[in-house]
Amino acid sequence: MRYLPLTPDDRAEMLGVIGAPDIDALFADVPAAARKADLFDLPLHAGELEVERELSALSAMSRPAGAGPFFCGAGAYKHHVPATVDHVIQRSEFLTSYTPYQPEIAQGTLQVLFEFQTQVAALTGLDVANASMYDGSTACAEAVMMAQRVTRREKAILSGGLHPHYAAVTQTIAHAEGMHIVRQKAAIDAEAAVIDAIDAETACVVVQTPNVFGVVTDVTKIAEAAHAAGALLIVVTTEAVSFGLLKSPGEMGADIAVAEGQSIGNALNYGGPYVGLFAVREKLVRNMPGRLCGETVDAEGRRGYVLTLSTREQHIRREKATSNICTNSGLCALAFTIHMTLLGGTGLQQLARINHARARELKAAVQAAGLEVLTPRFFNEIAVRVKGSAAKLVDDLLADGIVAGVPYSRLDPHAGLDDVLLLCATETTPTEDIAALKSALIAKAA
Amino acid sequence: MTMQNIGRPTRPEGEAETTGFQSLTGGRGLLQDEPLIFELGGWTKTGVDLPAAAEDASDLAGLTRSDVPLPGLSEPETMRHYVRLSQKNHAIDLALYPLGSCTMKHNPRLNEKAARMAGFADLHPLAPIATTQGALELMDRLAHWLKTLTGMPAVALSPKAGAHGELCGLLCIKAAHEAAGQGHRRTVLVPTSAHGTNPATAAFVGYTVQEIAQTDDGRVDLADLESKLGPDVAAIMVTNPNTCGLFERDVIEIARLTHAVGAYFYCDGANFNAIVGRVRPGDLGVDAMHINLHKTFSTPHGGGGPGAGPVVLSEALAPFAPAPWVVSGPGGLTLVEEAIDEAASAFGRMSAFHGQMGMFVRAYAYMRSHGADGLRQVAEDAVLNANYIKARLSDVMTPAFPDGPCMHEALFDDAWLEGAGVTTLDFAKAMIDEGFHPMTMYFPLVVHGAMLIEPTETESKRELDRFCDALRALAAKAKLGDVERFKGAPHLAPLRRLDETLAARKPKLTWKPEAELA
Repeated sequence: MRYLPLTPDDRAEMLGVIGAPDIDALFADVPAAARKADLFDLPLHAGELEVERELSALSAMSRPAGAGPFFCGAGAYKHHVPATVDHVIQRSEFLTSYTPYQPEIAQGTLQVLFEFQTQVAALTGLDVANASMYDGSTACAEAVMMAQRVTRREKAILSGGLHPHYAAVTQTIAHAEGMHIVRQKAAIDAEAAVIDAIDAETACVVVQTPNVFGVVTDVTKIAEAAHAAGALLIVVTTEAVSFGLLKSPGEMGADIAVAEGQSIGNALNYGGPYVGLFAVREKLVRNMPGRLCGETVDAEGRRGYVLTLSTREQHIRREKATSNICTNSGLCALAFTIHMTLLGGTGLQQLARINHARARELKAAVQAAGLEVLTPRFFNEIAVRVKGSAAKLVDDLLADGIVAGVPYSRLDPHAGLDDVLLLCATETTPTEDIAALKSALIAKAA
Repeated sequence: MTMQNIGRPTRPEGEAETTGFQSLTGGRGLLQDEPLIFELGGWTKTGVDLPAAAEDASDLAGLTRSDVPLPGLSEPETMRHYVRLSQKNHAIDLALYPLGSCTMKHNPRLNEKAARMAGFADLHPLAPIATTQGALELMDRLAHWLKTLTGMPAVALSPKAGAHGELCGLLCIKAAHEAAGQGHRRTVLVPTSAHGTNPATAAFVGYTVQEIAQTDDGRVDLADLESKLGPDVAAIMVTNPNTCGLFERDVIEIARLTHAVGAYFYCDGANFNAIVGRVRPGDLGVDAMHINLHKTFSTPHGGGGPGAGPVVLSEALAPFAPAPWVVSGPGGLTLVEEAIDEAASAFGRMSAFHGQMGMFVRAYAYMRSHGADGLRQVAEDAVLNANYIKARLSDVMTPAFPDGPCMHEALFDDAWLEGAGVTTLDFAKAMIDEGFHPMTMYFPLVVHGAMLIEPTETESKRELDRFCDALRALAAKAKLGDVERFKGAPHLAPLRRLDETLAARKPKLTWKPEAELA
């Protein structure tokens, strides 16, 4: 077997050194009732060619986003990732190393994390960022629980514009941890409604911008209302490219910003692995979940980096730990950092403007096809009202080779928004594809 | 020196020492100091060529930011920066990486190639189900392999890492108790040798953690367990093989006693690599177990994630598994994405989408490559390699549990270093100078100065011998009193020991321009 270096002679010789008669002797502690003498009912080993063929066949059973007109967003975004990114993350020294607990031989990973933290802090307009979370949704849940630790209050108010899966994850995880989660009714432009719900029991309000319907909101007033009540404002962003154009969460008064970082450097991957971004104001840093990389010096006084403030973490704190996360999303964070370094601030701004321009073209096209656009202010996603079921429309357009977007009912079947379709355009969406969508929509309406 | 009990370097000791020859520019041959990207001057630069944006953003007046204060680099500069950084990392592709409990094994590149196939990588999680059949089929096949290998009837694929899997498993247990009117159960029992994530997860879910004592031979103390089991106990969490690298001989009895009081048996599957293909946790009475795909099934550790932690579940817990999951329908495979209707007992949702698909592809490619026969050989070679290391080092180091075989890890204590003036940490740092990553140190907590060595099955006998020879040579030096070699170690790494105390006392977590620092 190609992954196993030991030869039969090696094994025999090693058993001799150990003083064991056979391999079974090394498994003597396993109760006899649980020892499986026979192979399991699974196929036997396969060569590289054979496995590659099977996986190629599976891959070919799906229709990739790049195979034709494609307008899905809603928490995961198709962007172009420069070839350099994927090359560097496959270098052995990044790909096959462990968490950098031995900093003398992990300065590569650690310096990348320090750069990543600095980039995320700058993008979110906050002081400090951690070394990443599993994804945006789990980052959101952790932010809510962090607000409980900071305020010692139990209640979290989730805006009706928060991605329903983010709300569900937060409800599952933060509720398990003992919090009271109030989910507001889904509505297109509902952010300001959280203000009325804030009371003296409120630990935090969670507001997404651009929200799941694509609506861009200035949350400054919400921040003021939250702070007046002693609560924290958590701003969620699922489309990280929007940081290149829109006011940052920090600039608008957010205490915690969480985001899905997939858009920068990472493929769609059918939902994972992704990379959660998590940034806070300086004074909150010791309540933050997740790994943190910090600068220090070595014994010769040279600058270096280490994981730090780990007394918050569960592998150290055990039952007194402050969060569920025990790892980060290291390689995805590396991809994010390399892509962000290629872009630079100017490149990200340009990319964001292109995305916005593509979405304006998309909006004009669906309007021209007679659909009602519900999103008043958008970045690269819009919600539209269709006649009848959005899910059915998506199915119908699939017959024309067009993936027309995400029916809102897929995310939240009970919201009564079955006629709402979420569409997204990015730099990867050509004019021809938008034109094809428009023609197909007009043909369906006829 | 105050000893941290956590396997991390502490504040460096002793005088800084220089290594003789100095270059004129401060670097060390091909290993050059590399500034941060913020110090390379690219504040107006970009390394991508984008078309001009046709329109402005006037419709977003008042909602836009004026600048994004981050530097960019051209493509060659970016490449050089990150390749230079990479050269400061150790990696499994460079040498044996003996981190106990972490299973640092070879990462086949076929898996990387497969994960990048367009039908997996360029697939949107909310694309119409009819367009994602290949991905669902892969998830279904992966689930079949995981269920067959563990002898468990169900699996929740969505947890994104081991600790996330533990949380998922305990939430299933909590939901099952609540559904049975047993929501009053408040206690989770955890052995003293457990991974820190076990008590952390139990406490997170609101349980009170009670520790179970360990016997002198490194196993769960059955009498102590029995005395603590009662109507208040919701679950026990046991790692098997345990963190001492030993199989819990009484595991079937542990499960029986646990079930007798109406509690569930959560197994931490971090060490599944030692038994895969030979032992099915389902046959041991396990109710829930997470599987670290990044350990047993070789998805790369990536410098700290992403991992993946699917959880296999018993019949009793399966109805409470979180959404989503794959089901077979008339039109092919589909996903149950909401905890409603026939899925109403699902406890909720662990992450936004369906789990770590990229890791599923890699793990499946790995399983298919090994097959039933190869996976069994994986466990056998992993255990053989660990016992070989234990045998080759037992005359110079002190094994924590000398009697009987170990499983996939060889655990030593620091008794053999007594009086040498060298600690476990010093010894481990000296391994770096010999070209090896340190073993896991000071874990498990139940063994003094623990050194936990896990070679995995992907090491050749030649590499094992090279490793053992290096450790024997170091042990001899330690016993001869060559203290400076150890206290000053590492001497030959890109950096010497780092000042962790300074980092924690005055956290510098982001780069700031000089002006702001002043």
